[in-house]
Amino acid sequence: MSPLVIIILLPIIAALAIWLGAPARFTAVAAALVNLAITLGLIGGYASAGGGMIWKSSHLVLDHPAIHFAVGADGISLAMTLLTMLVTTAALWSIVDKDRIYYIASLLISAGALGAFLSTDIFFIFAFHELALIPTFLMIALYGHGDRKTAAWKITIYLGIGSLVLLTGLLGVVWWCSPESGLTFALADLKPVISNCKTEALVNLNFFILLVGFGTLVSLFPVHDWAAPAYASAPTPVAMLHAGVLKKFGLYGLIRIALPLFPGAMQTPWIQHALLLMLLGNILVVGYVTLHQRRLDEMLANSSVMHMGYIFLGLAAGNALGVNGALVLMFAHGISIALLFMLCGKLRNHLSTLEMDKLGGLAANAPFLGVVFGIATFASIGLPGLANFAGEVLVFLGTFQSFAWDKGFTMLHITTILSLLGVIISAVYMLRAYRKIFFGEATTGLFMSDPATSQRVPMFLLAAVLLVIGCHPATLLNLIQDSLAALNFK
Amino acid sequence: MNPLTLPGIMLLLPLASALVILLFHGALKNIAHLLSTLVAITIFGCSLMLLGAKDAVELPLFSFFSVKTATGVISANISFVIDQQSKGMMFIVTFVGMLVHIFSLGYMKDDDAKARYFGALSLFMFSMTGIVLADNLLMMFIFWELVGLSSYLLIGHWFKKASACEAAKKAFITNRIGDFGFMAGILILFGVCQSTRFADITAKVPFLIEHAPALLTIAALGIFLGAMGKSAQVPLHVWLPDAMEGPTPVSALIHAATMVAAGVYMLARTHFLFIEGGTAATFIAWTGGITALMAALMAVQQNDIKKVLAYSTLSQLGYMVMAMGLSAPHEGMFHLYTHAFFKALLFLGAGAIIYACHHEQDMWKMGGLRKSMPLTFLTFAAGTAALMGVPLTSGFFSKEGILAAAYHSHNTLLFGMAVFTAALTAFYMTRMVIVVFLGKPRGEGTGHAREAPLVMLLPLLVLAVPSLLSAYGFLAGPLQAMMPHEEHGAGQFVMICSIVALLTGLLTATKLYLGKDKDPLNIPVLANKFYIDEFYALLVKVFVDIGAWIVTALEKIFVESLLVRLPAALASGFGKWFRRLQTGSLQGYTFLLGLGLVVAVYLAVFMTAKH
Repeated sequence: MSPLVIIILLPIIAALAIWLGAPARFTAVAAALVNLAITLGLIGGYASAGGGMIWKSSHLVLDHPAIHFAVGADGISLAMTLLTMLVTTAALWSIVDKDRIYYIASLLISAGALGAFLSTDIFFIFAFHELALIPTFLMIALYGHGDRKTAAWKITIYLGIGSLVLLTGLLGVVWWCSPESGLTFALADLKPVISNCKTEALVNLNFFILLVGFGTLVSLFPVHDWAAPAYASAPTPVAMLHAGVLKKFGLYGLIRIALPLFPGAMQTPWIQHALLLMLLGNILVVGYVTLHQRRLDEMLANSSVMHMGYIFLGLAAGNALGVNGALVLMFAHGISIALLFMLCGKLRNHLSTLEMDKLGGLAANAPFLGVVFGIATFASIGLPGLANFAGEVLVFLGTFQSFAWDKGFTMLHITTILSLLGVIISAVYMLRAYRKIFFGEATTGLFMSDPATSQRVPMFLLAAVLLVIGCHPATLLNLIQDSLAALNFK
Repeated sequence: MNPLTLPGIMLLLPLASALVILLFHGALKNIAHLLSTLVAITIFGCSLMLLGAKDAVELPLFSFFSVKTATGVISANISFVIDQQSKGMMFIVTFVGMLVHIFSLGYMKDDDAKARYFGALSLFMFSMTGIVLADNLLMMFIFWELVGLSSYLLIGHWFKKASACEAAKKAFITNRIGDFGFMAGILILFGVCQSTRFADITAKVPFLIEHAPALLTIAALGIFLGAMGKSAQVPLHVWLPDAMEGPTPVSALIHAATMVAAGVYMLARTHFLFIEGGTAATFIAWTGGITALMAALMAVQQNDIKKVLAYSTLSQLGYMVMAMGLSAPHEGMFHLYTHAFFKALLFLGAGAIIYACHHEQDMWKMGGLRKSMPLTFLTFAAGTAALMGVPLTSGFFSKEGILAAAYHSHNTLLFGMAVFTAALTAFYMTRMVIVVFLGKPRGEGTGHAREAPLVMLLPLLVLAVPSLLSAYGFLAGPLQAMMPHEEHGAGQFVMICSIVALLTGLLTATKLYLGKDKDPLNIPVLANKFYIDEFYALLVKVFVDIGAWIVTALEKIFVESLLVRLPAALASGFGKWFRRLQTGSLQGYTFLLGLGLVVAVYLAVFMTAKH
């Protein structure tokens, strides 16, 4: 059996065991740690294996059209797997005094994400993601904070419709890209579309449907409205896993399926311009909305929507620098937002409010939390030395990789310059939150001390990853860049 | 010795110190300050050795990233440039840095969070070294931001004090506005050159001048915006006076002598982008000139001893930037060099005074300190003389270099502004010395003031020497890059202007302030700094109010119409579609999968949830 199947099955088995009565916390954390260790082992092995798609295994499920339960990993999927396991471990570890359903749901979300990142058959890529959504919806609906019903309703409607749109687009992929021998969902057998003047418009339309479908899952403006209420409402581990990992599925799908199989479609003027306008919506409009949030959880939720704009910018550039940057940023954002939601959860557990105006001075009694929150804050505003900067700067440079001095600024370049303004906006709201919550005089009655040593472990883990990738992005780039080149990002 | 060794040590040693202190600051509580100071002394030693090292253009320490593209490999390295400019700047940074570390041993003796303070100082030394030794724009940007972080941490050191937190935030965000331009400039230059190395960009500039001069101008202005932020040029100057909320030694090191000069240093590094007399250069010259004048005017009516020095820093930075705009980078760097010593001296002197007066900063509550703090008085007077440009002091020579550059640009107005600024400088510094040191003690704490301890006096005495003499060959010899290369012709006229300005300011202030107990002048517009802060506050408020209105409108559209009506419409719509589908087909199966989710949540929300 391929080690990848083990990775996917392990969380499911652990979830089953917990459901049957195994000690929840121990089983869940142990499964996550084993999975993390396997992932690290595979990454080590991948470097010496010389690249390509390896550890493949495939079982035919349906003849016609051909559907396989097929897995395989290259640098891109391994990077995403690592992200999943880091966030899963941290999320499970940070659960304190909760029902076992928290562990089961988190493990299932993790399994769905792993399945989506490690499958090599479009059908299963899609299906695993849907599988992961179900516990997400349920956890928000049953254990969410605040107006959880509205939030659950909203995310279900949006992502339900988004998934349908995406499915239409994916069926289109099978239609356009299958070899002459017959329709297939196997990614390895699908060939990039070569469109002629008759089909070009249809192919482009199909690509756009994929963009909207995947985009909905990533909260691309203007179909972003589900994300903020859902994250603000979701139980902490679910918010960490969805915002940190599962949301990246849409971007992964664009990088793995849509962009390579529809070469050139992204550079079609109307599509590129539409995407640029939409991502500016994420950065500037949602950024502006984020400025006006008064609660920490809502602010973080909105900021996570805003930062998706930069990843889309890398995809819009569509070249080596841009897409490498987008992937680094996906990884970095996943870690940093998970860390922020984890900290937010800690505050929620100890304080009666997350209203920032009512908080203050926490750093005096909780210096460790103050430092970790500071690291996460500065990561999310793109301070060099932390991972997000490496991704952002590669994305920005990517948009200027194709700059021609005699043609001047194109829409892509202007969008980049405008989206640089978002870097100021992020700094304003994140530093304001940091200052209001941790600095100044302590507010009477709202008091908390640092978490116990064991609860510091997951914070330390995520913060350390941000620092390592930030100081030496080559660690991650070496893993992904050949695989991206193989998908024709040049 | 491997040429990488020295710069490598200078960069990584402070980083190691910062990391060790910040990670283990609980355990290292009692030795962190010694560790950090020892590191500062060591890297000063390294910078002396570096003065004798061979020049080198590209010394890569490690690769930040390297990505294969269609046209080749694009990479960015953390790599060093060793030349006269970087050697000289390193000397200043490490020398002032070392003295500030030593001074802080005394000043921060009783601070609870001393370890955190010294950790942040080490982080600053690391970041500043990175800027100075960077051989490409991206590396410079990386350390540029890290310097911003160190400054944020140090301004906000006393984080329980609301004003300090606000000042730290303001500094970081104002700098970010500048960095927006810096990054845009880097991107454009990268687009044209496919590299961010200074050497590659320099090689491409003639091509740009010929084919795309407008592009070059835009890129140059973008880069300059970065310098405006860091060097606090009008209208991005508002953060620097507020930054005085930090501990006074920090003000001396970061907000007077070194970090704020990084903008000027960066302009000197990238001076090849600013064509003499071009749009960008003219813009820079005027920005500098206006900053110099406005800041000097604001300094005239400040009462906080540190604020006066802060505005004088702004004003002197304006001079340096003006020199860069007038294509006189050597004159600008020379002034940076002399200014670093006497301004650090003045700030540390102010620190000693504040320390002695039990954290009193209002000059009008001081007075008569000449008798109780004679050594501080003497060193402070030396710094003041240099800042005013008293003939034969270092400041006289460097300021005259800039005045001469203005004179030679045939821009009479700019030259007039520069000379008037010189008169104002003499005026407000004389005012300060008279109010603080002469007359009778006016405040409670002032009467009992005593000379500061030796560990604080020593840096003052050491700094007094270069403050007066740094312009002379025997001190400036190894720092040729800091020296103006050619002698300007019309020296006499400029010199006369400069001396007349000095005397005018000096005598007016003496006449006005000698023996006074309160300020005889009252000019609200200057005391309120031209109401620029108020204007910005209004701007932000308008922006926020419009935002609040938009957010409410969006809520209305999305929540009320979409969220309330859409689900109802969808529920009936799905029902109709579903009946048309044939079960068993693939489409039906996958469709069910999607729909199943909707149903599952519907059930979960409306059936199981008990509300």
